[in-house]
Amino acid sequence: MDILTLFVTIPVLTMLAIGFAKNTQQVRLISAVGMSIQLLNAVRLLFAFFAERKAGNTAEFLFTQDLVWFKSLNIHYAIGVDGIAVAMLVLTAIIIFTGVFASWTMKELTKEFFISLILLATGVFGFFISLDLFTMFVFYEVAVIPMYLLIGIWGSGRKEYSAMKLTIMLMGGSALLMVGLFGIYFNSNVAGGELTWNLQEIAKIQIPIEAQRMFFPMLFVGFGVLGALFPFHTWSPDGHASAPTAVSMLHAGVLMKLGGYGAFRVAMYLMPEAAQEQAWIFIVLTSISVLYGALGAIMQTDLKYINAYSSVSHCGLILFGLLMMNQTAMNGAILQMISHGIMTALFFALIGMIYGRTHTRMIDKMGGLMKVIPFLSVAYVIGGLASLGLPGFSGFVAEMTIFVGAFQHADIFHRVATIIAVSSIVVTAVYILRVVGVLLLGPIKNDEFLQLKDAEWHEQLTLVTLIIGIAGIGIAPLWLSDLIGEGLAPVVAKLLAAIH
Amino acid sequence: MDFSYSVLIPLIPLFAFLIIGLGGNKLKALASGLLGTTGLGVSFILSLYTAYQYFFVFGKSAEGVYQKIVAFDMVWLRFTETLHINMGVLLDPISVMMLVVVTTVSFMVHIYSMGYMKGEVGFERFFAFLSLFSFSMLGLVLATNIFQMYMFWELVGVSSFLLIGFYYQKPSAVAASKKAFIVTRFADLGFLIGILLYSYSTGTFDFGLLTNVDGELIRKGTEAGFLGLSMLTWSLILVFMGGAGKSAMFPLHIWLPDAMEGPTPVSALIHAATMVVAGVYLVARLFPVYALSSPDALEVVAYIGAFSSLFAAIIACTQFDIKRVLAFSTMSQIGYMMLALGVSGYGEHGIGYMASMFHLFTHAMFKALLFLAAGAIIHAVHTNDLREMGGLRKYMPITHITFFVALMAIAGIPPFSGFFSKDEILVAAFEHNKIIFFSSMLVAGLTAFYMSRLYFSIFWGKNTHYHHTPHETSPVMYIPLIFLALVTVFAGFIPFGELVTSDGKALHLHIHWNIAIPAVLVALTGIGVATALYMKESKTPDKVVASLGGVYKTILNKFYFDEIYMFVTKKIIFNLISKPIAWFDRHIVDGTMDGIGWVTTTSSEKMKNFQSGQLQQYAIVFISGVIALVLIFSYFSTN
Repeated sequence: MDILTLFVTIPVLTMLAIGFAKNTQQVRLISAVGMSIQLLNAVRLLFAFFAERKAGNTAEFLFTQDLVWFKSLNIHYAIGVDGIAVAMLVLTAIIIFTGVFASWTMKELTKEFFISLILLATGVFGFFISLDLFTMFVFYEVAVIPMYLLIGIWGSGRKEYSAMKLTIMLMGGSALLMVGLFGIYFNSNVAGGELTWNLQEIAKIQIPIEAQRMFFPMLFVGFGVLGALFPFHTWSPDGHASAPTAVSMLHAGVLMKLGGYGAFRVAMYLMPEAAQEQAWIFIVLTSISVLYGALGAIMQTDLKYINAYSSVSHCGLILFGLLMMNQTAMNGAILQMISHGIMTALFFALIGMIYGRTHTRMIDKMGGLMKVIPFLSVAYVIGGLASLGLPGFSGFVAEMTIFVGAFQHADIFHRVATIIAVSSIVVTAVYILRVVGVLLLGPIKNDEFLQLKDAEWHEQLTLVTLIIGIAGIGIAPLWLSDLIGEGLAPVVAKLLAAIH
Repeated sequence: MDFSYSVLIPLIPLFAFLIIGLGGNKLKALASGLLGTTGLGVSFILSLYTAYQYFFVFGKSAEGVYQKIVAFDMVWLRFTETLHINMGVLLDPISVMMLVVVTTVSFMVHIYSMGYMKGEVGFERFFAFLSLFSFSMLGLVLATNIFQMYMFWELVGVSSFLLIGFYYQKPSAVAASKKAFIVTRFADLGFLIGILLYSYSTGTFDFGLLTNVDGELIRKGTEAGFLGLSMLTWSLILVFMGGAGKSAMFPLHIWLPDAMEGPTPVSALIHAATMVVAGVYLVARLFPVYALSSPDALEVVAYIGAFSSLFAAIIACTQFDIKRVLAFSTMSQIGYMMLALGVSGYGEHGIGYMASMFHLFTHAMFKALLFLAAGAIIHAVHTNDLREMGGLRKYMPITHITFFVALMAIAGIPPFSGFFSKDEILVAAFEHNKIIFFSSMLVAGLTAFYMSRLYFSIFWGKNTHYHHTPHETSPVMYIPLIFLALVTVFAGFIPFGELVTSDGKALHLHIHWNIAIPAVLVALTGIGVATALYMKESKTPDKVVASLGGVYKTILNKFYFDEIYMFVTKKIIFNLISKPIAWFDRHIVDGTMDGIGWVTTTSSEKMKNFQSGQLQQYAIVFISGVIALVLIFSYFSTN
């Protein structure tokens, strides 16, 4: 079986195997083994990809496969990856791997929980390997739907409300996507011949500008809802607050990235003229998002809300970078997807671990945790520093790439938007240091917390894996930036060609 | 000559940090201390060796000009073809000088801390952070390009944050560390935007290309204007904003006094000798651009420096916490360095540049000495408050003598080092701008006064009764004091003009007696006034204070700048921006989304009544529909 299809097969087999498990112990073990294999497969893909490139294979997408599965609508199971997709697959594999370990102590309905969790991941993996827009959309839905169950059943707080809200908003986004994708499909044969869903085929033609003007905003907003585009981000604070740890990790870590990925891979790549025309609207929205999310995070007291707003800010930066539409800024945007993915997974994992001990997420009820749970606290500080863009961690690399790219536009509009976005680095420092100061430092507020135990092995494994991820990218970013840059080149070329 | 070994100078502390940081729990406290200190010791020796090789053996070109040598360089991250961040080692007179300053002070502080921090909880953590700081600072100094400098700049900031907040269970330390980080971060925003603007117009980050006086880039951006100033001037002013934040220049100085919450060796290393002069170093690094292409930006540097210098010196006269007096003194002396750069020309008119670097060097030594001595005093009497001290000369003779040496140096009394460097600054100011010159003279007098006030209050004055009789510190703490005191005595005779100049060519300098003599007289007056007021216990200081009334109170409260900042952050940003945004998001944006949901559910709730299952009702609706349609169609067709 080819290496890409394995990305879907391994999780499916894991889910089947979980179905036969006899107890929680086995469920955990099977999930862990399955996802470890998945992670190894992702690493193998990375090396295989580099080897192919080194061997001189310059095709835009590698490891392609094409099987027809719905003849009358010409829907194919078409797969293939470029550098960006490879990076996203590795990211997803890391997050689901750590997500399994972060759910180690899950007690109720473990079998169903792990199956749903892995099903969600399967959708994400499938999405990133797809080259057929319809197949891509199917995988997208596979990723979104288990979310409802995962929050509604295993969540906390107002879980039904949050699950419903999240699902309905994302479904609203899906509806826009569906219409937009059909719009592309019915315009995919300008030169005559068969209609197609194939991304590569459609990229070769120019969709009529009237159609672009109509369908670009649908697709961009549709994906943008998932990428927490202001003002469609409000599912995120409630959703995250109610979701169980691993679900938050996966959701903020990779699912939200589907939004950004789709936005450039489908919306911008296939409809570059409309993207150039309408970018300004979304630049306004995203630069607002970046600062607004950060300012919104300052006064929050619930750890998950803080991280949710911080995600609004960081994900805003992803879309912002994409909309700058040059090689550098878009490269930064994708680095930011990966960086934010790992970082936010780290935060949600830590929040889950802290909540599991103190049974509260309110920072003003805690304090001085550094003294009692130093491992978790140091991990939190590292995550915080990464999040505020300290050099040596991935966030810095991503943000600086976006900013340098954005500064290549010399007109006043872009300059102002960029400076608004750049100024978020100060606000981010404010809310991060506030949390660190209140939560971890200072005297211990509650004597009960003196009994807390520090991280166990599976928690340490989760945290260390994620920290290695952000520090690794932060210390040696060149290979990743080159990997992404090469994948971006055709997209950027199309976008630049679309400038009148 | 191959200088590539110099890359080890920053890397050794990095490894020390990693080993202590990762293995901290398993290492014994003493082992981590020794590891950190030894590492720094090796870096110190390597730096001295580099300085020797560079200044006296291989540094000069055939024409006798000190060159810029790139000892190591690699691409770290590529943005575009020409814009890439490199990691490298740049050796030129100022970076080599800074290597010596940083490693000397850092090594001394390491040794001192072995005694000072003995028995403290978190001893390993302290040494890990010290190593991290040393690594970052050395990386900053050696940067080959402005983005590398910015990266290490941020790392230095975070090390400072970690060290100020070392006693993390103490709320005041946590608050101070936060304040330091956020204020400098705000300044760094300016720095970053400055870099981005500047590199956009020049297309490179590389110092070699940017500051090449024969190159074409040096004048890039001088034409396009915005609000009457050229783009280049704007970007240089923004870059300077970063420098002003780190170097605690007015109005971004408010973090420095609070930063004294950190352990005293940290104050000596970071907040006196090394990190706080990074801003000066930054301006010096880009000096050819400032001097040749943007005199307006340089003028800003001069005035900010001069004003900060005076402002801080006035406040220093009123403070009672010895570390805060020293903190304001640091701010004032850095103001000196800034103004010296600001009034300097390039090449043979570059006396201010040379004086600034010279003062940076001498100040680093004597101010580190003052802080370490203050640490010894605080260690002995367990208080920071001047009013609870007095008569310590009897108990702590070595600390007393070394402190006195530093006092003479900072007051500018010959032949101590401060005299020479300060003299050059005053000469440069005199040649360029009389207002700045007179303000600097005033600062010289104030400096002599407040430092003597400090000295007399600690070592003379009243005979305080202490709970525990104070005693001299252990050798591990006083040996660094003696070493730094020796440097302070002799550093003035280093021929700086021959070594460190703006264009690498030697400047032949002599002492300008027409300025030196008045300056020394002013300093002596300051010392004299302080002697009269503070040498013996007396009521006169209180009377003076009483006669000044509100003015004194304003100065004592540092002109209420903390309160102003508090007002802006707490009242305006938190309460008027952040809270409303959070509310707006929850109630308006989210409310709209919920509202849409509500409309949908409610309308479907109402609509479902139509599906009653009663045939009569369907028939009525059907018939009335048909009638309505018929009416409508007939109406339209008749028209």
